[in-house]
Amino acid sequence: MTARLETKLPSSSEAKLSKEEILRYSRHLIMPEVGMDGQLKLKQSKVLLIGTGGLGAPLGLYLAAAGVGRLGLVDFDVVDFTNLQRQVTFGSNDVGRSKLEAAKERLANLNPTIQIDTYETKLTSENALDILRPYDIIVDGTDNFPTRYLVNDACVLLGKPNVYGSIFRFEGQATVFSVPGGPCYRCLFPEPPPPGLVPSCAEGGVLGVLPGIIGSIQALETIKLILGRGDSLAGRLLLFDALALRFREMKLRRNPECPICGDHRTITKLIDYEEFCGIRGEESPAPAVTVPEIEPRELKARLDRGDDLFILDVREPHEVQICSLNGYVIPLGEIPRRASELDSAREIVVHCRSGKRSAEAADFLCKAGFRKIWNLKGGILAWSDQVDPSVPKY
Amino acid sequence: MPVKVLIPTPLRPFAEKKDSIQFDARTVGEALDQLTGRFAELRKHLFADDGRLRNFVNVYVNDEDVRYLQKDQTPLKEGDIISIIPSIAGGSSTGFQPVRFP
Repeated sequence: MTARLETKLPSSSEAKLSKEEILRYSRHLIMPEVGMDGQLKLKQSKVLLIGTGGLGAPLGLYLAAAGVGRLGLVDFDVVDFTNLQRQVTFGSNDVGRSKLEAAKERLANLNPTIQIDTYETKLTSENALDILRPYDIIVDGTDNFPTRYLVNDACVLLGKPNVYGSIFRFEGQATVFSVPGGPCYRCLFPEPPPPGLVPSCAEGGVLGVLPGIIGSIQALETIKLILGRGDSLAGRLLLFDALALRFREMKLRRNPECPICGDHRTITKLIDYEEFCGIRGEESPAPAVTVPEIEPRELKARLDRGDDLFILDVREPHEVQICSLNGYVIPLGEIPRRASELDSAREIVVHCRSGKRSAEAADFLCKAGFRKIWNLKGGILAWSDQVDPSVPKY
Repeated sequence: MPVKVLIPTPLRPFAEKKDSIQFDARTVGEALDQLTGRFAELRKHLFADDGRLRNFVNVYVNDEDVRYLQKDQTPLKEGDIISIIPSIAGGSSTGFQPVRFP
């Protein structure tokens, strides 16, 4: 589907590029696919980026470089040291700064001719429509389901395209939702996954360059919409497998029964998305509150005293390479199969990175009849904080 | 009909880390049954208690969503590729919980 965005040219006084802009964008201008018309369309376009993290980084950089006239940025987070593995708008000096402040500075340096507006707030049902309304295109670079559904619904209600990209470890998805006649996010995923009991430590992580690729694709699709060129991803779900380096495409269609963009709409205003995603009022329940816990300092004291404790490490082998308490390693997933390797007569202290996986393992072992089980509270992270700072945290 | 089922990243820990597996099946439903028969843990991630596919997972035969074909009755032909596409949102949590013990 070739989706076009109709951008009206304003009065002639604005419909111009300065000499400096002509030089800046010369590589665009000498291509007939862009040319002066296209560059003017870019100059007059208004694009809102929701999220300035992994996806937001290439998005902001390439859209600013391309000369999108007005770029809005929505985020409320602070740059964390662990962000630098993938959020390439930021530098080491930005750790601790507001992401918006750091991103705006970087993008304004790249292209001082564009207008950059920042919205340092969480996007909510109360503010979303007002924040989105002035923009032509919305780009979703968020990292959680409630916001994705909120952005989707707001885009449908306002009639604005939603350039979607998402990632997980080394897989990515991209498409363009909410073009006229096209599907929306709810057409593809009518409901979000239930909130996990705990974030999955063993499944977490992301290849740093992956959001760089997907975010760049989102920037590309945004530019194509503005220019009205090429075949948009609208109506196609692009799937990317980074390890295999394979792109696949699935057909996406508008669901006639979609509650917000279908033929018989039941959703006509923004809802409570935390509730929709099952998060409202629910804290992540601890997986095994009945398992006795041992604090790192207490463990240290007992080990120093010479107590006969068996340390069981339920992390994955690649984590053990980062740091270790010299425990006996049985990854969580293998515990049921390998529990027989453990001596139930001994006192066993189970640990993982943060204490959550080990709580599950300890719970399993208790139910399997092990009577002397302790879960190391806070895991190896807490051990590093409280007992031995030379143990690296990750 | 010999067909291939592609397993998405979030589900691979529950499928012995495989990224794909071949089955002989006549319909999508049969292929998924064989999949969850082979990897029992996948069942609770793919299907709700009432036996229906969970709502944040889509199944495609080649590039068509089976919701717009005949759902689990969608017939298969030799060489068809069944893809399971879950909803993902980066961050740290997914709908697929860490290893759950019976």
